[in-house]
Amino acid sequence: MLPSAVKTELERRIAEADHPKELVVDVMMACQAAYGYLSDEAVAIAAGMLDMTPLEIEELATFYNYIYREPVGRYVIHICDSVVCWMEGYIPLRDYLCQTLGIEMGETTPDGRFTLLPACCLGYCDRAPAMMVNKRVYGFLTPEKIDAIIDELSSEE
Amino acid sequence: MHPQVLLKNRKPDRITTLEEYREGGGYEAMVRALKDETHQSIQDILMDAGLLGRGGAAFPMGQKLSTVLENAPYPRYVVCNADEMEPGTFKDRVMIHADPHQLIEGMVIAGCAMGAAHGLIFIRPEYENAARILSREVENARQAGFLGKAIMHTGFDFDIVVHRSGGRYICGEGTAILNALEGKRPNPRKPPPFPTFKGLWQLPTLVQNVETLCCVPHVIQNGADWFRSLALTPEGAGTKIFSISGRVRRPGCYELPMGIKLSEIIEDYAGGMCEGSEFKACLPGGTSTQFMPASMYHAVMDFKSLEDAGYRLGTGAIIVFDQNTCLVGATLNMIAFFVRESCGWCTPCREGLPYIRDLLQRIENGQGEPAFVDRLKEMCDHLPRAYCAFAPGAAAPVESLLEHFADEVNEHIEKKACPFKSS
Repeated sequence: MLPSAVKTELERRIAEADHPKELVVDVMMACQAAYGYLSDEAVAIAAGMLDMTPLEIEELATFYNYIYREPVGRYVIHICDSVVCWMEGYIPLRDYLCQTLGIEMGETTPDGRFTLLPACCLGYCDRAPAMMVNKRVYGFLTPEKIDAIIDELSSEE
Repeated sequence: MHPQVLLKNRKPDRITTLEEYREGGGYEAMVRALKDETHQSIQDILMDAGLLGRGGAAFPMGQKLSTVLENAPYPRYVVCNADEMEPGTFKDRVMIHADPHQLIEGMVIAGCAMGAAHGLIFIRPEYENAARILSREVENARQAGFLGKAIMHTGFDFDIVVHRSGGRYICGEGTAILNALEGKRPNPRKPPPFPTFKGLWQLPTLVQNVETLCCVPHVIQNGADWFRSLALTPEGAGTKIFSISGRVRRPGCYELPMGIKLSEIIEDYAGGMCEGSEFKACLPGGTSTQFMPASMYHAVMDFKSLEDAGYRLGTGAIIVFDQNTCLVGATLNMIAFFVRESCGWCTPCREGLPYIRDLLQRIENGQGEPAFVDRLKEMCDHLPRAYCAFAPGAAAPVESLLEHFADEVNEHIEKKACPFKSS
């Protein structure tokens, strides 16, 4: 269920908007935050709020890189595979992350903590190689730095 | 040290506040423009200044504004394209983090030049920090009377909203961004009509990149001649934020005059090549520009000079490759990016790019055949027939790889292996 406070806030913004559909990404993101991912139920709710069809929401949800139609972990790690990060050691770092977390790219750890996804350029090429965890970017990655980040995130719970 | 305009207020650890921006003359140009200038006179100054779009297309901003008809319907919109997803490009992030009010002021003046009352900043999810900064500073500007109703008692209304993207490279295309803002699937539109005639919600819309809009207050404040004089070449105008990355000692953003030489950027600002690295090639303006080989090391970096030499300045995002980097592998990486980020709307992009990627993958894996080179060229020749500029941009590194680094490609094919992996 969408928390009532979230629903009320979205309904307020939709009511104030000249063109409610321009809020569709914000609505999908808010539903995603509430459900952990954009579930079928969340698709139906977003569609209802914006007077759109579930199919219209679906075609947007599957288009955008940061809308997840399948469950993800509490921490979604996007590791940058753009050409600059590739040049600066993306492949060994990706392999190290997979090994450390015990999963392949696109998978979630069995404890539901971490999901590992590729990202096209994060826009931090001056700090390559880089990765982003729940929209926070970490640059100048090394295996040691990755260990410290994973430890820190694990201890936050 | 060359004159600093756009990054003059940059600090190592924090953004420039509204008060600091005002102390340096911030918002003076806007107030003067709102009080003393007309739509036409602002357009004329921007045209005379030779301000070209810094998002990659290099279209003159003044000329774009001039296509907004005087009797065009209202409301009209100014859209700031802060999507910036091209690999190697990160200048807009640095500018927003350094001095966000410059962008806000530029948007208001652009709004004044076309009678727009609404501004939207379309920003990518990876720049959440920048989006938060902008949301906060937009509110600060509103509280100070620089945004909202009757700005500075001029009777001119203008306000800005920060619009977050769901994330996809194609959203930054000049017309796809309009569909994204309207909540539609962000495929590009096919002009005409151009956005200044029928843009957002079918109404006149100016779409400009962050850096371009940031130039506007300075042009209005100091004049067209001053802006042109900042460049080192008669063909250039203004400064340029070069974001440099790859095999250099000090990757980062540097504000330098248009027309500066590539070698000077690398040696004097980026600290030279990394230890043990020799310059082999660079992309001058992100991944949708051509590889420039070592023979272009002293190239003059302005839009016209590079175009005359057969290259594109693009976004000015210089990615430097050294002698140890496999350019087939690098090009394969870039094509994989374009394949993933294409909207898939039209056949050349949807079918052509994956085919090119597969050919390059096979060459890189040692399964290449001599005929692949001609097939790659043939496929690249098809890409300009695509619906928008995405596919021709994707072809640029491939075409230049085949043109300038044919030996490296052939070596992969002849040795049936990547020479950089076996060595």
